[in-house]
Amino acid sequence: MALWTPDPTFYPSPRDAAAGPPEKLAYVAAFDRKAERPDAIAVLDTDPASATYGELVGWTDLPNTGDELHHFGWNACSSALCPSAPHPHTERRYLVVPGLRSSRIHIFDTKDRISPELVKVIEADELAVKAGYSRPHTVHCGPDGLYVSALGGVNGEEGPGGIAVLDHRTFEVRRRWESERGPQYLAYDFWWHLNHDVLITSEWGTPSMIEDGLVGELLLGRKYGHRLHVWDLPKGRHLQEIDLGDQYQMPLELRPAHDPTRQYGFVGVVTSVEDLSASVWLWFREGEQFAVRKVITIPAEPADAADLPPLLQPFGAVPPLVTDIDLSVDDQRLYVSCWGTGELKQYDVADPFNPVEIGSLRIGGITGRTPHPARPGQELRGGPQMVEVSRDGKRVYLTNSLYGAWDDQFYPEGVGSWLAKVDTDAFAFDERLFVTDFRGLRPHQVKLQGGDASSDSYCFP
Amino acid sequence: MTVAAILLLGAFHGLNPAMGWLFAVARGLQERSRGRLLASLPAIAAGHLASVALVAVVVAVTGSLVTGRALAIGGGVLLVGFGLWRLMSDRHFRWAGMRLMLPQLAGWSFLMSSAHGAGLMLLPVFSGMHEHGHAMSGGLAAAGLHTLAMFAAAAVTAVLVYELAGLTILRRAWFNVDRMWAAALVAAGVITLAQAVL
Repeated sequence: MALWTPDPTFYPSPRDAAAGPPEKLAYVAAFDRKAERPDAIAVLDTDPASATYGELVGWTDLPNTGDELHHFGWNACSSALCPSAPHPHTERRYLVVPGLRSSRIHIFDTKDRISPELVKVIEADELAVKAGYSRPHTVHCGPDGLYVSALGGVNGEEGPGGIAVLDHRTFEVRRRWESERGPQYLAYDFWWHLNHDVLITSEWGTPSMIEDGLVGELLLGRKYGHRLHVWDLPKGRHLQEIDLGDQYQMPLELRPAHDPTRQYGFVGVVTSVEDLSASVWLWFREGEQFAVRKVITIPAEPADAADLPPLLQPFGAVPPLVTDIDLSVDDQRLYVSCWGTGELKQYDVADPFNPVEIGSLRIGGITGRTPHPARPGQELRGGPQMVEVSRDGKRVYLTNSLYGAWDDQFYPEGVGSWLAKVDTDAFAFDERLFVTDFRGLRPHQVKLQGGDASSDSYCFP
Repeated sequence: MTVAAILLLGAFHGLNPAMGWLFAVARGLQERSRGRLLASLPAIAAGHLASVALVAVVVAVTGSLVTGRALAIGGGVLLVGFGLWRLMSDRHFRWAGMRLMLPQLAGWSFLMSSAHGAGLMLLPVFSGMHEHGHAMSGGLAAAGLHTLAMFAAAAVTAVLVYELAGLTILRRAWFNVDRMWAAALVAAGVITLAQAVL
């Protein structure tokens, strides 16, 4: 039903969003690695004044097994206020939750309830027939519909991966977004500079390159993704390919500036095959084209082969493995997850060309196994992976699982499950919020009620 | 009475953020330039004028072929139908791009006004002019007057928001006028029909 005034969680500008109220709930995608029981959306109480603060207060199982939930998004967000096709009286109400392995897309209603209620399932078939894609991943609410990226092709084809557009009201798959794909084949993440009609995509791998684990020969053969692609957003036309260099394997999460007048953003690269370092790159407008520059390099840490999983023993080092990054809504802070070394880094990126590291926290890690301060005796596996920043930039939520098959390679003794929260002013873990019981499931992306740093785009500065 | 209605409808369109002033503000903010905001407004008004004038011309041409009564009945049915469709359907306008040249902005405004049924609301006025025998000139004058009011309201709103109020006001003041507008279209159609038949 349409509202009489705009949804209160829509903000014209990033400044308005940062001044909004703190989130009271967080939604966490959790999956069963064995695919024996359903994956779930868990709901975390994030209201410090609540008696159940830091506890899972809601839980909704999926109808099937083996979906492998990963990323998800909202049906509508602040882009609804954009003047070219405004629809401000829509509600931010439904979570759009793809199964990365099953290719089903689930729609959950969150209104007036704690545990979301499943209202629709888009079967893999519909996505395949109408858009020609499988393995849906990232969801963003665009000005004219929902955009969902997907890693795989259909009918046994590995690719190309790309973007499907969904109707944001009926959730029907409308079409394949691309009109001219150019050289793009691999897909993963995407986001945009809305006011500049530009969309950026990154590259991971095709289904066979990821679903049974990281393939060492492909990695050393530099076959995983190493490019960004720039597109004309309204037309779906490929404009530019930017190669980072094939040693820079797997540019994943894309975090454009929230300020709609700026045209730059950050992308994390998992690893360099030359020295196992990880890196963060800046893309920026240079004349008619975009250019990239490596602005952060995080070196591998030497380690005793005996402490390493078989995959890493030949190298005698722990790669940092930057698997997720997140940019605060005010574009002032960048958070970088080092899933291999078990470190969360905080950068001042007021000058995006020259990030300054201003904080570091250790938790988990392949050799470090650093405990959380709330449970000092308990060694942790996994590392900071998905990182979500609150709208006001004061809180950061972390989960520890990367992707089922890859978890098992890097943390063969079991990756465990945990979710932690960091208060950014003190840059310290909140000892009241540390969740380790996900009923045997592994937590992945966290989305905050009313939007967060990775959910909304704005059309006004 | 008729002139007041034409002006009020124009002002109503001008105040609606979806009809253009918000786009003008966004363009101004994007370049931190009030000049760009001001330059956008005539293009938006031109698109609106084209949409409304098109209805006036269609009425004038149709009116020269059929009787005044048939024109009123046809117009009334069209209004009721369009209003009902707007009431039932909540599919929103689609236009993905933000970087528009001024002619494209005028095109956007034309489509937005037409989808909204801006000119249709003036059908009773245009039909009335036909009865008085100056359908084309009177209709176009009414469209111009209407657009002038729209332009004035949009310009004042855009400049006030840009210079003083700020866009945070949107969060409270952007009322959902779509359903009211649809109901008003139906009502105008019913009145036109009633006058033609009774």
